[in-house]
Formats: sequence, structure tokens, C-alpha cells
Amino acid sequence: MAVDAFPSSPFPQPAPPALELDGLTRRFGNVTAVDRVSLRIAAGETFGLIGPNGAGKSTLMKMLTTLLPPSAGVAQVAGFDLAHRPQQVRARIGYVPQLPSADGELTGYENMLLSARLYLVPRAERRATIAASLDLMGLTEVQHRLVQTYSGGMARRLEVAQSTMHRPAILFLDEPTVGLDPAGRATVWKHVRDLRDRIGAAVIFSTHYMEEAEDLCDRIALINAGRIVAIGSPADLKTRFAAATLDDLFAQLAGDRLPAAAMQS
Amino acid sequence: MTGTKVGPGVAGYCIQTFAVAAAETLKLRHDPMDLASRAVQPILWLVLFGQVMAHVHGLTGGKPYIDFLAPGVLAQSVLFVSIFYGLSAIWERDLGVLHRYMVSPAPRSALVIGKAMASSIRGLSQALVIYACAALLGVKLSVQPMHIMGVLMITIIASALFSSFSLIIACLVKTRERFMGVGQFLTMPIFFASNAIYPVQLMPGWLRAIVGINPLSYEVDALRALMLDGGTSELGLGLDLGVLLAASALCIAIATRLFPRLTE
Repeated sequence: MAVDAFPSSPFPQPAPPALELDGLTRRFGNVTAVDRVSLRIAAGETFGLIGPNGAGKSTLMKMLTTLLPPSAGVAQVAGFDLAHRPQQVRARIGYVPQLPSADGELTGYENMLLSARLYLVPRAERRATIAASLDLMGLTEVQHRLVQTYSGGMARRLEVAQSTMHRPAILFLDEPTVGLDPAGRATVWKHVRDLRDRIGAAVIFSTHYMEEAEDLCDRIALINAGRIVAIGSPADLKTRFAAATLDDLFAQLAGDRLPAAAMQS
Repeated sequence: MTGTKVGPGVAGYCIQTFAVAAAETLKLRHDPMDLASRAVQPILWLVLFGQVMAHVHGLTGGKPYIDFLAPGVLAQSVLFVSIFYGLSAIWERDLGVLHRYMVSPAPRSALVIGKAMASSIRGLSQALVIYACAALLGVKLSVQPMHIMGVLMITIIASALFSSFSLIIACLVKTRERFMGVGQFLTMPIFFASNAIYPVQLMPGWLRAIVGINPLSYEVDALRALMLDGGTSELGLGLDLGVLLAASALCIAIATRLFPRLTE
């Protein structure tokens, strides 16, 4: 890449952003779930969305993955306009929804085959691509078992494999480790990290586990009531808000909305 | 640029459509009990209902009632199987499985047609059961290959029609509870306000008018002509096929438009 070839250039060419939002908004009746969010995420960046339940994280992610049309604002996702080229966007992103999206009545391999076909992985490469993806997620051994017999962590890893076989530019993960035991969480993240390093995708995920956000993210956005209330690297955020941990920051910016008097008593 | 090539034309579209149908077929293979249990209902109609009604004389102008009934039961069982496709789409949405389809680059119409094809496969398995059962009950079935091909084709089109109709309902009502209510409310009139189990000549004028706009009547009419030895169509096979194709195309088009609503 040009940047590497001329490291001394005073005007390094930045890589095109994975994602660029301007005033993205979603209303449901009178409720504004996502309120004028503007954001730029670099190619290959790992970005965390944190915030209380109902803050608008899932709604934001549903818009960015083309499932939900925005009420206002514009967005470029993986280089394409979200509203006008959704099919081009879909071909370049992977999305692991919060709900278990692998089909329990099919085997792991059959789920992979379904995704390979939907993403038009060329027939000649299908077997090799599926095998490589399953291997990367540590699922080769269990690929011929029905997914309903998988542990939560195994099913999640399968869903990640299904969502990344086509080497997306961006991988979206909506609370990927919710409901998993610590070992399951650790293996999911280990594999997602390996995958990110392998395919160079930007990873955008939401989570309620602050240590996950701190360990993995280049930057974090804290969302409350549909708006970004703080954004930056974990270290930067802690300094800026004089918080010892991200949990403190969370409590400070999104925490208990009890009246101050009640807090003191 | 990473990512999949989009817009590979007809071949890609077919692969994506086939992918949806293939996944459904694999599920049937893992759980064959599902098909077996659905075969019970048409057998009960033929054996129980058919036997009793056969004793009502003059109902079908001298021809055996069971001959009259068999094509009606095939149409009915295809309807009853297909009409649950909307419910299974809602179920898949609640599980999260549907989201995976929706974020894939497959065009929405490919997803809808894939589901319709899956429903057709179930419909064909019903046809097999009903042929066997009807033969055992002494129905004079036509064995001409062209006729059998015709029955299969009508069954495929009707499955696509009623499954995409069911998908439309699912996209409008969105929850399982409401679908169950509306589904019952719609299935019964489609079935009873048709020529499936009794001749239209017995009906009052207003009911006949409804029968005339009910696509199921055209399906049954075509099946009577094709399934039975010496069977005839009252409305004309061309009209039957035309109505079924037009209604399917319309329902698939509407379902394609509405489908994204399910995962919003």
C-alpha cells in the first residue's frame, strides 16, 4: 500500500473508512431510538458499542446491516450507500445477530453450505472455504452434528464462520457473548481475533462486558438514549472522564438516573 | 475490495434460490416424521369422510363420490401444508434464523421463491400419499404420464401460491399468536368456499360467486381433469393454469415486497 511505501510522506493516504455515518436517525412513532449519530470507523478497526439496555445499540446495528431503514441521515457502509445500494452493502458485511441465527435443525456443515451458496462462494471453492472457516473456528470435529446439540459458544463460533466465509470488509457482532460461560466467551473472542487478523476486517460489536470492550477495542462509543455520549480509545476515555475503569465511566455517563439526593442517602 | 461479487445474473440467482429450498429439504431428511405426520390428515379425509359421503346418492351425478373427492383432498392437503409456511417464517424470525437470510446478498425474491419451492416439495410428497391411498380405495386414476406430470405441475404451482400467500399474512400480522387466529380464519373459507368436497351446483348463487374467485377451485378443477381416468375440466385447463400462475406471480411479488418487514 502507498502508505507503507512512503512512510515519510507528509500527506499519508488514509485507507478508505469501513463506515461513515452522518446524522443517522431512527424513530419508532414518537420514540427516537437512534438520534443523529455521526461516526467514522477505519478499515480494520475494532470498535465497541457500549451502553445500557434500550440505548439504541441494536437498532443502530440493524440499520447498518440493512435490516432496518433509517428515518433520516446517510451512511456509507463498506464503500456503498446504505439506503440506495443495500445489496452491495450486504455482500461486503458479515452480521452475527444477538439471537442464535444458525439453524438448529441442520448440521454445522449444512449451515455453512447454506451460507456459502447464499454468498455465492464459487462452487469449486466451496468445500475448501467451508473447511478452512470451520477449522479457524475450531469446529471441524463437530461439523456433522446437528447444531441444536452444540454448546452456546460452539454455535456462536459457527455463526461467525457463516458470516465471514465471504471475507467481509466489516463484521458486525451484536452482543456475541451474551449468555456464554467464561470459557465459551474466551474461545469466541480468541477465534474472532484470529479471524480479524487473518482477513483484516473491521469488527464492530456491542457488549455489556466492559473488560471485553477494553481488551479488544481500538475505540469505544458509549451510547445512551440513542446518542453517542463519549467516544475514544479505552485509555483516552478513562483519562478524559477521570474514571478508574470502564465500569466507572459507564456508571458516570449512562448509569443510574436516580436523583442525586437518593444517591447520597 | 473484499467481499462477494454481486450481480452474477441468472446463475447466481438460481443458486441462491436453490440454497433456501435445499436447506428446507435437508431438514425434512433429518426429521422424516414431519412428512409422515402430515400424511395422516388426507388419508383420514379420504377414508372417513369419503366413505360416509359415498352413501349420499345423487351428489355427483352417478359418478363415485370418492373419485370426485380425491383431487379435492389433494388440493386441500397442499393448501393446509403451504398455509403454515408463514408461521414457520415467523418462527424462524423469533429464533433469529431468518436474520441470516436477510443480511445475505440474496435478492428477497430469491428467498421467497426458495421457500415456495420448499413448500412444493412437501406438496409433492402429499400427492404421492394421496395417489397411493386413492388407488387402494379404488379411485380410477389416470396413469398417462402427461396427466401425472400435469398433476405434479399444478401441485407445485399451488404450493407456491398458498405458501407465498401465507408469507404475506405473516409479514402483516408478524406474531405467531395473531397468525394462528388469522390462519384459521382464512384457511377454512378457502377450503369450504370451493369445489373441493362438493359440487358447486349445490351452492346458492352468492357462494358460487366466491367459489369463482377462489384460486383453489381452479386447482381442484385442473386436478379433476388430470388425476382421474376420463376426467374432465369444467372451466378449461387453460383458464385453470392461467389463474393459478397469475395468482402465484402476484403473491410472490407482494411477499417479496413485504418480506423485509419481518426482521425490522
